[in-house]
Amino acid sequence: MQAMKLLLADGTVYEGRSFGAHREVAGEVVFNTGMSGYVETLTDPSYKGQILVLTYPLQGNYGVPAPRKREPLAELRDKYESGKVQVQGLVVLRHSPNPSHYDNARTLGQWLASEGVPAIECVDTRALTRKLREHGTVEGFLVDQKTSPVDARAKSEHVEMAQVCAMTTVPDVIRYEGGALKILLVDTGAKDSIVRSVVARGASVIRVPFHKDLRPYLKECDGVLLSNGPGDPKDMMATVEQLRSAVFPSGKPIFGVCMGNQLLGLAAGGNTVKLKYGHRSQNQPVQDLLTRRCYVTSQNHGYVVDDESLPKEWEPWFVNVNDGSNEGIRCRTKPWASVQFHPEAAPGPEDAAFLFDDFLRLVGSTRV
Amino acid sequence: MFGQYLPKKPRRVLILGSGALKIGEAGEFDYSGSQAIKALKEEGLYTVLINPNIATIQTSDQLADKVYFHPVDPYFVEKIIVREDIDAITVSFGGQTALNCGVALDAAGVFEKYGVRVLGTPIEAVRDTEDRRRFVQRLNEIGVKSARAEACHSEDEVRAAVGRIGLPVILRAAYALGGKGSRICETQADVEDALPKLFASGLPQVLVEESLRGWKEIEYEVVRDARDNCITVCNMENVDPLGIHTGESIVVAPSQTLNNEEYQLLRTIAIKTIRHLGIVGECNIQYALDPNSLDYRVIEVNARLSRSSALASKATGYPLAYVAAKLALGYTLPDLPNAITRRTSAFFEPALDYVVCKVPRWDLEKFVGVEHKIGSEMKSVGEVMAIGKTFAEALQKALRMIDIGVDGIDPHKFKFDDVRKELKEPSQRRMFAVARALHEGMTVDEAHALSRIDEFFLSEIADTVRLGREIEEKKGKELDADLLLRAKRQGFSDKGIARRAGTSDDIVRDLRRRHGIRPHVAQIDTLAAEYPAETNYLYLTYHAQADDVSPSWRKKVLVLGSGAYRIGSSVEFDWCCVNAILAARELGFETIVLNYNPETVSTDYDVSDSLVFDEITFENVMELWERERPYGVIVSMGGQVANNIAIRLHRAGVKILGTSPESIDAAEDREKFSALLDKLEIDQPKWTSTGKLEDAEAIAESLGGYPVLVRPSYVLSGAAMTVAHEREHLRNYLTRAADVSPEHPVVITKFEQNSKEVEIDAVADEGEIVLWSISEHVENAGVHSGDATLVLPPQKLYIETIRRIKKIARDVAAALKITGPFNMQFLAKHNEVKVIECNLRASRSFPFVSKVTGNNFIREATRRMLGVKGPVQNRALDLDYVAVKAAQFSFSRLAGADPTLGVEMASTGEVGCFGNDLNEALLKALVATGFKFPKKGVLLSLGPAAEKLRFLDDAKMLRAMGLALYATPGTYDVLRENGIDCEIAYKKSDNKSPAAVDLMNEDKIDLVINIPRSYDRDGRPDGYYIRRRAVDRNIPLITNMQLARAVVEAIEKYSIDDLEMDDWQSYLARRSQMLV
Repeated sequence: MQAMKLLLADGTVYEGRSFGAHREVAGEVVFNTGMSGYVETLTDPSYKGQILVLTYPLQGNYGVPAPRKREPLAELRDKYESGKVQVQGLVVLRHSPNPSHYDNARTLGQWLASEGVPAIECVDTRALTRKLREHGTVEGFLVDQKTSPVDARAKSEHVEMAQVCAMTTVPDVIRYEGGALKILLVDTGAKDSIVRSVVARGASVIRVPFHKDLRPYLKECDGVLLSNGPGDPKDMMATVEQLRSAVFPSGKPIFGVCMGNQLLGLAAGGNTVKLKYGHRSQNQPVQDLLTRRCYVTSQNHGYVVDDESLPKEWEPWFVNVNDGSNEGIRCRTKPWASVQFHPEAAPGPEDAAFLFDDFLRLVGSTRV
Repeated sequence: MFGQYLPKKPRRVLILGSGALKIGEAGEFDYSGSQAIKALKEEGLYTVLINPNIATIQTSDQLADKVYFHPVDPYFVEKIIVREDIDAITVSFGGQTALNCGVALDAAGVFEKYGVRVLGTPIEAVRDTEDRRRFVQRLNEIGVKSARAEACHSEDEVRAAVGRIGLPVILRAAYALGGKGSRICETQADVEDALPKLFASGLPQVLVEESLRGWKEIEYEVVRDARDNCITVCNMENVDPLGIHTGESIVVAPSQTLNNEEYQLLRTIAIKTIRHLGIVGECNIQYALDPNSLDYRVIEVNARLSRSSALASKATGYPLAYVAAKLALGYTLPDLPNAITRRTSAFFEPALDYVVCKVPRWDLEKFVGVEHKIGSEMKSVGEVMAIGKTFAEALQKALRMIDIGVDGIDPHKFKFDDVRKELKEPSQRRMFAVARALHEGMTVDEAHALSRIDEFFLSEIADTVRLGREIEEKKGKELDADLLLRAKRQGFSDKGIARRAGTSDDIVRDLRRRHGIRPHVAQIDTLAAEYPAETNYLYLTYHAQADDVSPSWRKKVLVLGSGAYRIGSSVEFDWCCVNAILAARELGFETIVLNYNPETVSTDYDVSDSLVFDEITFENVMELWERERPYGVIVSMGGQVANNIAIRLHRAGVKILGTSPESIDAAEDREKFSALLDKLEIDQPKWTSTGKLEDAEAIAESLGGYPVLVRPSYVLSGAAMTVAHEREHLRNYLTRAADVSPEHPVVITKFEQNSKEVEIDAVADEGEIVLWSISEHVENAGVHSGDATLVLPPQKLYIETIRRIKKIARDVAAALKITGPFNMQFLAKHNEVKVIECNLRASRSFPFVSKVTGNNFIREATRRMLGVKGPVQNRALDLDYVAVKAAQFSFSRLAGADPTLGVEMASTGEVGCFGNDLNEALLKALVATGFKFPKKGVLLSLGPAAEKLRFLDDAKMLRAMGLALYATPGTYDVLRENGIDCEIAYKKSDNKSPAAVDLMNEDKIDLVINIPRSYDRDGRPDGYYIRRRAVDRNIPLITNMQLARAVVEAIEKYSIDDLEMDDWQSYLARRSQMLV
């Protein structure tokens, strides 16, 4: 197997072996501490442009399911969160060349290679994670063992981060039939499980790319769902503007997830800031500030709404029990709210799935 | 601050312990009870503990405010509730014993009567989980699936049930013990074939259960607070498929073969179920998961701390028992901090960045007649936990840790007549059979088809076998750095690599160092490095490229733990380790513990300054020695595991604290020790060793004839030691069971009959004894000291005998320049004293003598080893009470095993109880190990004629108590001839009615005294059936004449109501009232 290395911007080198595609890439290096669910994680569009470190040492144990069929996404009965591997590169301690599962069609390495995504194993991912924790997320290069640092910077493929949402949103409007209630999903790089979560509860989804004019779709929908997505929410000011000018005036219920929380916060007049190394895991504890109930949630975000910046008519809804950061906001006067974590889970715990029930109930009750 | 979700703060809380260690209920409950007491005491509550297990940490003076060494039994608990004015109780920290006791007390209305609140999970919820019918109904209410089963009363009903449930099914005879008579039916023809036999045997009921054979077995540990916050701390996957008890299975954490969908499906059901049942605190939920779909069944819920929760605690660093106790007091999870990071909350689910592998340890070789296949009943006596970055690294470590003489996955270690059969019908050696099969070229798929072990695990084992072969191919050549690193990362030990490469482990170690291949220290931090951790809970791995923590510059000691619990070495050594740690910390030393047993308190990360959860081997200690540079290493607290590597460490330059390893060697080496005794003019039983089989018989004669004690150094099968009573027996044993050769000599010792056995436990300082205590055995010599009933202070020893024992101990301590703990065992007969054993380390009885005398022997020993001098007041004999240590046996768990006592230890645990005299202490101790006062009849079967005559007076006493006597024919005749009224009970071979076993079945007998003849063990005659039936029907059984007579005397003097209810502290306080 080919020798490979992960080079960090500060010059630190982690050597290992390649087990994915033979490409040299650059990206922000982030870590996720989830112990299961690599298929969902790697296809999560929020990772677009990032080199992902998985801290659980054994990956690929249960293989990868058969590829998604090319038909339109009328049904989403698979474990993928999007049509392709979204991460720029993958870093693990060990991948299993001998997976075992009834749903297994290919190894993790084969999958990554077929999607052109490079991957490295035999890296001390714990030491790397400690470094990221202490120094914050850094830029890294996943390159051949022999590539010099200068060449790494010059030649590695990287993603234009201001454009990541455009790269991950759907090409055009997709309609999913699920029931009488119609939900407009503003897709900034949505995970397919958000669609699954709504459709499974008996509502229909109109999935619209964020850059489209939302007005025509607002008319026919009963509620608006703001999706997750990659990158900095402040690169999405056009969408923030659409929220202010079109969605807010419609008065329809809004529920936001992840980037949806940040966009709603910005539209409300608040601010977002970047976390030192983000929340990427399946064990983030959050507390509902009203009921004091706690939930274990799945998270993947590097930016967060600044509680202090929220205007009077908005208030924090959830808080992170570990570091006190914002995990959700809501409007005091309108049926608008959002959460920073992922109630659709996938991967991760399903504790917060009831939020979809609550949202649809709200949409049903405000329907005219 | 106090938990806000509890209506009223309790004042005096009673904690129920789990009693003596037994199969299925072992050291894990010392850990959970100790944590619970800590958590309660932090709240300023007055804590009272009932636990007769005197070797536990939880019964130490620094924990509960009051300790009762009484049986955990509704009768005694009620008395203590009244006596201590208890207003709250916890029943979930003492295993099934405490839970059952709590349920019984609740049913009897005791809690209501005295206004005692049950903290944590309500008893109603416990009942829902314990009663199968209610459990299924509760699960049905929320649409959660449980295994389908129907009870049928006729053949037609069975057919109909099979139709509803669907093939394959298990047909099981209801009310049969231990899964006997069950049959798996794959086809309708199988069912038809089984039916006539099932009902023909007169069974009233047949259970039809769906067969889930080959399904995955998965567990989740769930925590819920009274505010309904709920988390799953850990999930675990059994490497062995369903059908093998989880206590018998190799278990990994977290699950390795579950994808997100399966993981979350089971997690969500776990939370839903636990909320529905209303559990507050900690519980465990077990699942069967179809390997080919999302179909699942809930197998059971344990509404209490369990063996699995202890494992999960150690595997994740999440202190489950501590948190459960806080939640029982009304705290919510987010109120509590994460104990490891101290900056995040206890409301979270640990993320692991390593793999944990648990492997059970069996001791089946110690038993005659026991079934070696593993299955739905638990037979293992201990377990180990290994931590690694990969499954192979962890598994190989764990296989070495169980200490059965293997160096990891070794295809050649054991011989299998039929590997395929071994895979299909697994025994404790199945992993080695897997290795063997894969080594011989069997494919992973075929191995899976036979064993039902998931292909993921099999592939990892196959890789390991291949790498082992790659090393073998390098035999004679120097290993290159790449292969060496791969081998270390795959979990091979230096020794294992050396053996395969035909070299020595010293050479492998040198080679490693030359190539810079060293293990690194990794931290267990519950959050996979997302947040910094404040505690030093560590393990070693070759997959890391840097250490997580650097060694401190403080003066420190490394304490070696006891390793896996096994017969002969269990919780008592953990007590010693923990007390050594505490003593060293008290003196300002930084303490490091090396141990790998998840059932212990010493592996709680807050006991020491740092905990290295890894193998106790020469290889590892050297790595730690060079990394940490401690002041010294303590090897004398962990029993034989630690002791065994002392001399090698010493020779490699490691500073061993206390007695010199050269002295340890002089005491361990039979020849050297014997020569020393001769030099000191100390008597010992006559012995000789030989490498020639032909000489054995002549030697036996020269020692003065039979019986002789035979100790081969290499055993093929069965127990290592035996007593040969005649020439034929000796010959048979040596040819069948052992391999005698010049490399494997056999030691033959004169077996002294009718001798008393006496022990001294002592602490010496540079050869001078500073603390000592002498205990006598109730049983005569011939019963292993671990199975014997100990009395302290001795009640029936001559003053002269005691004087001689003290002199011998003094001479030996001086000659070996002992500093630290030691134990000697003696035979005493008419004031003649012979030394039979000397251990220059802490012994099994140290916690007992420490707690009975009130002198902490281990604390003193540790201080002496660390150079602290000063006078100590010894109170070895001047005690105003008597304490008895009695053994706990687990024969009922070991189907087929012959419940007799011999020179090999068979007990799995012990208790220690106090009384005003021997009778009272003995009765309490026996009741605590399962004895019940006889009310109906006693079955006597007294073996040799001399024994029968010796018991005549006792038989009369039993009659005088109004008990019916039943006797087997020989005994019957003797009793009748001596005018003692009794009824006949025929043996099996008599083939007459009334048969002894039938009388037992008819509940006419509630005590069996069966004294086996000398060589019953091999012949398995009538006595075996009587003993076995007694065990299977839970009738108290006594097989030793001295003990039988002591018991008769005791029950003649005391009824259960006469037994005093004093607590430990009150007994100890009596000392001050004595003449000084």
